[in-house]
Amino acid sequence: MIRLIDVYKSYDNGTKALNGVTLRIDDGEFVFLVGPSGSGKSTIIKLITAEIASTEGKVIVNNFNLNTIKQSKVPYMRRTIGVIFQDFRLIENKTVYDNVAFAMRVIGASNKQIKKRVPYVLELVGLDKKSRRLPHELSGGEQQRVAIARALVNNPSMIIADEPTGNLDPARSLEIMMLLEQINALGTTVLVVTHEKELVNRFTKRCVAIDSGRIISDGMDGYYDYEEE
Amino acid sequence: MKRNNFLYFIKEGVRDLFLHGFMSFAAICVIVACLVIMGTFVLVMMNIQEAIINLEQDNEILVYIDDTYAESEAKSVGSQINMIENVLEASFISRQQAMENFVEKQEDPDLFAGVDESTFRHRFSVRLVDINLMADTLTEIEQIPGVARTRADQKVAEGFTAVRSIVNVVSGVIIVVLFVVSVFIISNTVKLALFSRREEISIMKMVGATNWFIRWPFVVEGMLLGLAGALVSFFAEWGLYELMIAQVNKVDTLEILEFIPFANVLMPMALVFGVIGFLVGVGGSLLSIRKFLKV
Repeated sequence: MIRLIDVYKSYDNGTKALNGVTLRIDDGEFVFLVGPSGSGKSTIIKLITAEIASTEGKVIVNNFNLNTIKQSKVPYMRRTIGVIFQDFRLIENKTVYDNVAFAMRVIGASNKQIKKRVPYVLELVGLDKKSRRLPHELSGGEQQRVAIARALVNNPSMIIADEPTGNLDPARSLEIMMLLEQINALGTTVLVVTHEKELVNRFTKRCVAIDSGRIISDGMDGYYDYEEE
Repeated sequence: MKRNNFLYFIKEGVRDLFLHGFMSFAAICVIVACLVIMGTFVLVMMNIQEAIINLEQDNEILVYIDDTYAESEAKSVGSQINMIENVLEASFISRQQAMENFVEKQEDPDLFAGVDESTFRHRFSVRLVDINLMADTLTEIEQIPGVARTRADQKVAEGFTAVRSIVNVVSGVIIVVLFVVSVFIISNTVKLALFSRREEISIMKMVGATNWFIRWPFVVEGMLLGLAGALVSFFAEWGLYELMIAQVNKVDTLEILEFIPFANVLMPMALVFGVIGFLVGVGGSLLSIRKFLKV
């Protein structure tokens, strides 16, 4: 669950990234967040993941009030979110299995839990046969699947995907989006940040468009309301 | 700490150590150099302190008793001298004994054959606990009834005090400077490891690793560097010290110099090297990791 209530964000250099954004995403929803470069999409992601704090307004993520959260509690809030990036951010010298297991290891999971959970998640994303491969031995789509497996492995209630198909061809992009849809069907909230109009229009999902730090449309029919300049 | 995590921290710490093998080697070399210099100063300081203590013990005060006091009366003054806090020991020397001592020291004792013992006074040879308080102690002794006068070489006492203070200050400053240099070197080595793993750290933060979980492998790395440096420098120090003693003993004119055997300081030195190595390692890593955790 995400609640942004009248959120403003100004950076130290004077840039006003968000100008009164109010957004509500409930548990189990699948939402596209679209907008051009510099519209404020990344700022919203950074606010949700507590990388930055809002200048004004309230940010609540999975019942954590990020305006008042103690620094020591931030890791626990982050464990409720899985994040996927455009550039995959995999550790090059670790195998597929180890990349995924690493996410469990760093939150203190036992070997037993890791051995049980990682194969399950790799199977879910269709990489169970490639668990011993290194990232550079995989295609872009497969690398993104590893990133999705890593985001899922700690069983978060929400997945945030920041331009997850930005580095992929249309066919692989569609596969990734379908995988995210499957994950959503299992009950995980999914927020996908993208500017790929065709891809968004292919899915009948809620689409929130943002421009100049303001939400300019929020439609439930999946129509890509925003027109890029 | 869970056993799983503990093993993970050790494994990662050791991995980083070898991943930047040359930098780790350089860091250990610098720590060894700093610790050997530090250790040398500590040993020099300890030897000077020991020499000063020996000299202090030889530096006695002579307390002359009133001429009119008979031997038994003179002896009784000793109990009052011994009651003074800074007095370690007051030994009675009778007139006769004083004369014998005097005559013995002369080149031609026969010349003094007819000297009457009444020329000498009964006296006490007094040794002090702390030579720095000599002036005050002399004043106290001189106030005791029956004490005619005292003789002490205050300049020598002041000299000892000055030498000791200088040695302490110089050693202290050098030890602090070398400690800071070692922390800086470790900090830079760990920074290199941190830099090469910044992507990993950002992933760790993103999936919800606590700051301490991220810190531990680097703390382990710094600690291992510090302890490895301490171990090597301890044995290097030992070898150098024994070598120096052997060389000094070969020179006849330096035979009067007495050195504390390394065996006497083995445990304290090992402890000090270990503690400094540990502190330098852990301090250095914590210092460099602070910046990287602000994500």
